Amino acid sequence: MMLQPTLSHYLVVSSCLFVLGLFILVTRRHAVRLLMGIELILNAANINLVAFNHYTATGLDGHVFAIFVMILAACEAAVALAIILAIYQQYANIDIDRMNSMRE
Amino acid sequence: MHSVVEICLIILFLPLISSTALIFFNKRLPRGGDLLATACIGIPFCLAWYVFYRVIAVGHDPQFLITGAMQWFTIGPGNAGWGFHIDNLTAVMLVVVTTVSFCVHVYSIGYMRGEDYYGRYFSYLSLFSFSMLLLVLCDNLLLLYVSWELVGLSSYLLIGFFFRKHSAADACKKAFITTRVGDVGMFIGLLMIYRQTHTFNYIEVFRGVQEAVQSGAWSETTWTIAGILLFCGAIGKSAQFPLHVWLPDAMEGPTPVSALIHAATMVAAGVYLVGRLYPLFSPDALLFIAYTGLITAFFAATIAITQFDIKRVLAYSTISQLGYMMTALGVGGFAAGLCHLMTHAAFKSLLFLCSGSVIHAAHTQDMREMGSLHKKMPVTFWTMLIGAAAISGVPLFSGFYSKDAILASALGFGMEHPNHRIIFIGLLIGAGITGFYMFRLIFMTFFRAPADDHRYRHAHESPRIMTGPLVVLAILSAGAGWFALGEHGWFERLVVPYSVGTAGVAPAAVEADGHSAHNIAMILSIVMAGAGILISAVFYYWKTCSAERWAKALGPIYRLVYNKYYIDELYKKTAVGGTLIAMRILAVFDRVVIDGLVNFSAYFVRAWSYISGAFDLHVVDGAVNGLAWGTRLVGTISTLFQSGVVQNYIMKVVAIVAFILLFQNILTTFL
Amino acid sequence: MDEWLSSLVFWTLAAVIVGSALITAFARTLVYAGFALLFTFLGVMGLYLYLAADFLGIAQLVIYVGGILVLLLFGVMFTQGGGLMKQPGRGAIQIPSAVMAVGMAFVVLLHVVLYTPWPVMAVERAAEPTTRTIGTLLLTKYLLPFEVASVLLLMALVGAVVLARREAKEQK
Repeated sequence: MMLQPTLSHYLVVSSCLFVLGLFILVTRRHAVRLLMGIELILNAANINLVAFNHYTATGLDGHVFAIFVMILAACEAAVALAIILAIYQQYANIDIDRMNSMRE
Repeated sequence: MHSVVEICLIILFLPLISSTALIFFNKRLPRGGDLLATACIGIPFCLAWYVFYRVIAVGHDPQFLITGAMQWFTIGPGNAGWGFHIDNLTAVMLVVVTTVSFCVHVYSIGYMRGEDYYGRYFSYLSLFSFSMLLLVLCDNLLLLYVSWELVGLSSYLLIGFFFRKHSAADACKKAFITTRVGDVGMFIGLLMIYRQTHTFNYIEVFRGVQEAVQSGAWSETTWTIAGILLFCGAIGKSAQFPLHVWLPDAMEGPTPVSALIHAATMVAAGVYLVGRLYPLFSPDALLFIAYTGLITAFFAATIAITQFDIKRVLAYSTISQLGYMMTALGVGGFAAGLCHLMTHAAFKSLLFLCSGSVIHAAHTQDMREMGSLHKKMPVTFWTMLIGAAAISGVPLFSGFYSKDAILASALGFGMEHPNHRIIFIGLLIGAGITGFYMFRLIFMTFFRAPADDHRYRHAHESPRIMTGPLVVLAILSAGAGWFALGEHGWFERLVVPYSVGTAGVAPAAVEADGHSAHNIAMILSIVMAGAGILISAVFYYWKTCSAERWAKALGPIYRLVYNKYYIDELYKKTAVGGTLIAMRILAVFDRVVIDGLVNFSAYFVRAWSYISGAFDLHVVDGAVNGLAWGTRLVGTISTLFQSGVVQNYIMKVVAIVAFILLFQNILTTFL
Repeated sequence: MDEWLSSLVFWTLAAVIVGSALITAFARTLVYAGFALLFTFLGVMGLYLYLAADFLGIAQLVIYVGGILVLLLFGVMFTQGGGLMKQPGRGAIQIPSAVMAVGMAFVVLLHVVLYTPWPVMAVERAAEPTTRTIGTLLLTKYLLPFEVASVLLLMALVGAVVLARREAKEQK
């Protein structure tokens, strides 16, 4: 039956998440929004890991990797937010277009 | 013999440990950590001699070989490993590297005292020792390439150690980039071999290439090309013509570094590479190597005659001697070339350290401003004299034996292939020139009336910590040849190319000829060296002839040689200039096409405004707006590609990758 | 009937995930985006549970919803407004071209997903608790990565504190 979810269905859902995250990453200028995009991408990866693990593998290695991805996401969010706050204190804005004082 | 592997592990990793420790904690450690670094090379130094003793003196087996490997990763059908390949050549190289490195560490304690970033200097030195030891010990081409780049990196760091000096910053970039040019060739060669044999391991590669050539999977030409590509790496690293330009500039680094890296070990890595991979070179490739070496040896020697900077003379002499080694390997004198590597490491590092001591005392590198230093600096003078005698080939000193062996194998090769006699003749003349420029250096520096009274009065012998290594190296450069190649020489018997059945020129045959040629070569080389020394004495000691007048008489030739055959200028014109021209064309494109668009829209709008402006003032306003609009349009389009906004770059990456995949996957599926 | 129900659950979850992700991408204010993200995370958690990954589902709830999302919302509150300024020229070109680029990427992904013969196992996996197995794996096969990850977490913690402290000093 077509409606019954298979591996491909999960992969399509995760592709949608990935592409939306990418879209946020490319178009948005608010740094916090960019972080959200990154989280979407990481979630897409995690769905893939779990789905592949469920459908093609015997062990639970995919789950373990998903946990590592979560750890990474947590670290990244904490540090990135600290940086964003620091920048906001310094410049009173977080427009990433204007975070270019290292460039010139 | 298993303990040898463990000892080698200690030898290899102690310098890495000290380098890592120093880079992080050099400010916390007492005395910037120099003692730690020295100890971490001192222990490997002792262990290397122990390995040498076990392998060479006790073992004494030409086929001696220990290998051991761990899997690293798998690529396609083959895999790469970590591993050791320890044979007699490795044992010799271990001793060479650790001895010179240890001497240089000790010497540096005196030489670099009080410099900024003293601890960092020792960290870099240790890093270099580690990479060089890895280069010597590793058992596969991939690891070889890794360590090859690591020594390049440490050379870059050390040449640019005085990075506040503009010339040093330029020199380190030049060294790195120039050697990269050769490394690209080497990498291509490496991949060619991997594609054929699906392995990186030396022994398997040798076997695989031999099978490929025998079965016809590789034609003779492919074999030669692969060999020459590999040799490209050696051309860059060993400063062979035409990529030699970086080595003289590398003298901007601290002098002990020049002694360690740019005289004794790293530049000899190219020679080691050719020796280690000897079975991979076809006869034609070996001939190519021989001629590259010959050209380098001869023409660097002529440049050395005309230079006045003491370190540059030594640099050109290094290039020339490396050419000798390459030629020796090319004509089948395997042991001769590698033995010269060993003796050269001893006497050339000695010469560099002596020149460092002289520079330390005289505060100048220009030989014209030195003179009469032999009374002030007896230890430096005598050790440097030993070094000069060794490199010039004065009998009983080490250089005599090894250079003599090289000349003998060249003569043997010339006898067998009369077309290639020029190799022997070129090397012979080069030997004479070597004697000439080395003693020119000695006479100008140590004898002659002092050119600068002030400098002369302030000159003084260097502290013990600097003269100690000089004495050690002097003993080695006096005795190494005798004990390696003389009556009871073990070198020719023990250091033989890895045999898979087909070595390039069948060295054994040449060896036999070499013995019959030995006596002639020996006499000729003594005569040439003596003549060279005598002529330099005539010019610079007794001053019977004036060097200046001869230089003037030889006008154009002298200028050509003095300016190093204008090769730097040639590169500036072609490689650097070519890039500049390309840039200029792009600039013209910008000016003509893009500005043209802007101007065109401006003209167009202005013309329009002339017509309608007479009737209606508003149209003029429109024209101004149109001009602005047109300019902005062009600007927007052109900034689209060079925005400097990271997100735009991400988008382009996504778009391009997706586009390529789209074409590759989807279109191939449906079409 | 049972099959029909389980499909319904999946499609609902998928719709929630994709819909709320769309809101996250296009919402005008950050607060809306943040709350939409909450639903995305919850939907993903549902998918995990649906895939019999009970431990991961809980971890998703605790880490993403309880941790990261709260952090993000803090970020939104602290940088209210964010000092964003209208910039001429950029947004206008950016969005259509981004839609094109990202759309191409999506097509490629879809193609790969639909046309690759995935080695799917014939037998459906039984749903059983995973916590014990994951724990064993983390402390045996993946012990080193696990330890490294813990060091990484510690470093991130210290790093965030250092950054925040510097800022506090400047306020004085």
